Amino acid sequence: MSWPALYAQLVGANRHSTSLGKIWLSVLFIFRVMVLMVAAETVWGDEQSDFVCNTLQPGCENVCYDQFFPVSHIRLWCLQLVFVAAPTLLVSMYVAYRNHGDKKKLLQISSRTGFLSSKSPEEELEALKRRRLPITGPLWWTYFISVVAKLLIEVGFMYALYVVYDGFQMPRLVQCDQWPCPNLVDCFISRPTEKTIFTVFMATASSICMVLNGAELAYLVTKAITR
Amino acid sequence: MPLTPPAEPDPEPKMNWASFYAVISGVNRHSTGIGRIWLSVLFIFRILVLVVAAESVWGDEKSGFTCNTQQPGCNSVCYDHFFPISHIRLWALQLILVSTPALLVAMHVAHRRHVDKRIYKLSGRTNPKDLEQIKSQKMKITGALWWTYVISLFFRVIFEVTFMYLFYMIYPGYKMIRLVKCDSYPCPNTVDCFVSRPTEKTVFTVFMLAVSGVCILLNIAEVVFLVGKACSKHLHDAGDTSMGAWIQQKLRLL
Repeated sequence: MSWPALYAQLVGANRHSTSLGKIWLSVLFIFRVMVLMVAAETVWGDEQSDFVCNTLQPGCENVCYDQFFPVSHIRLWCLQLVFVAAPTLLVSMYVAYRNHGDKKKLLQISSRTGFLSSKSPEEELEALKRRRLPITGPLWWTYFISVVAKLLIEVGFMYALYVVYDGFQMPRLVQCDQWPCPNLVDCFISRPTEKTIFTVFMATASSICMVLNGAELAYLVTKAITR
Repeated sequence: MPLTPPAEPDPEPKMNWASFYAVISGVNRHSTGIGRIWLSVLFIFRILVLVVAAESVWGDEKSGFTCNTQQPGCNSVCYDHFFPISHIRLWALQLILVSTPALLVAMHVAHRRHVDKRIYKLSGRTNPKDLEQIKSQKMKITGALWWTYVISLFFRVIFEVTFMYLFYMIYPGYKMIRLVKCDSYPCPNTVDCFVSRPTEKTVFTVFMLAVSGVCILLNIAEVVFLVGKACSKHLHDAGDTSMGAWIQQKLRLL
């Protein structure tokens, strides 16, 4: 299971999304997953090995690193992307359930009446699988709930990142006096500017996704009202 | 176009550039000839070179950056001062941003197909063969699609130029220096710091810059081609009118 496999799953669910949903998926995969995999992972690659403290005391670097980086940015972003992609699978599950129900009905009708329409049963079943369901009724509610969930998850993770790292900026120097450090030691973080740039980039991409989700909610609500 | 990445221990990043290629090359069918050349140049001379060669040159950029001091932290701080963002990351971001306007075109084509399908259904032609034909039909670059395409080309050029400018601002002169002098805290005084593989980095920077320039020229050529095509089509259609005939006559005299 990897990012391309997740992409394959989500693209399948994409057929029943609105246009905003499709744009959201592209932004997610190109500006967030791709950038994470291709660029950000190398920037954070040496975060612990290059975390250097001004002391020879064994264990001090480990302890200070652990104090200032309880969860790495990369792991937080990976979790965020996995959780944000999950509600879309709700929609695919509902569509699969609907298709299963309709398939059963179709088989019952064709066996009961014994009258074959112009198409054979296999063709009808294939058409059923390929059709695009309109976003009405229970599908509308499922879709609406999935978009609300995505929005809440995005907000939750952005807030968590902001709270754990006290803002989006990475400092060059942190001062640490945890045991076994002998006194207040200076510890230096590797590539702080590059990390700040990527943190701001990912936060911006996350905000764009939130705006798209908000717009999608507004669109769904207006569509339901006008109907 | 075969893209065969070399055997490396971690295949994940390459899988992503490959899936990115799959997404972007889908747009290829609706591009002009120059657009297809641009895409090939992008993938062969920029993404492939980045992944296969440039990443290993910059691989030890931090571990190979040595300062003439044993003061802990001085290396990190001086590296951060002189390399706020690595060339490799800038190029990766540049390539991603430059490729995305093509998706605008893909979205427009998908929208047009959707509209065509609806028209077909309303006119009663629900034959699956007709609907399949819409999918495989090559869209002509006319009307609103022409504007989307030209706007996407402008965005590509703007992104390319912006990144070239950013490069120039962060790394003046595009040349990688061998030695930098640094005196940020906690370095005890002005220390000499040595950059790893400066010549090889300069060579690759100049190469990527040159290919970026070639891509800009291809995009400009494509804009000129599209504008020329639209003008000639307009003149040909207006050939019946007196104004169109007058213009055509004047052009023949040139």
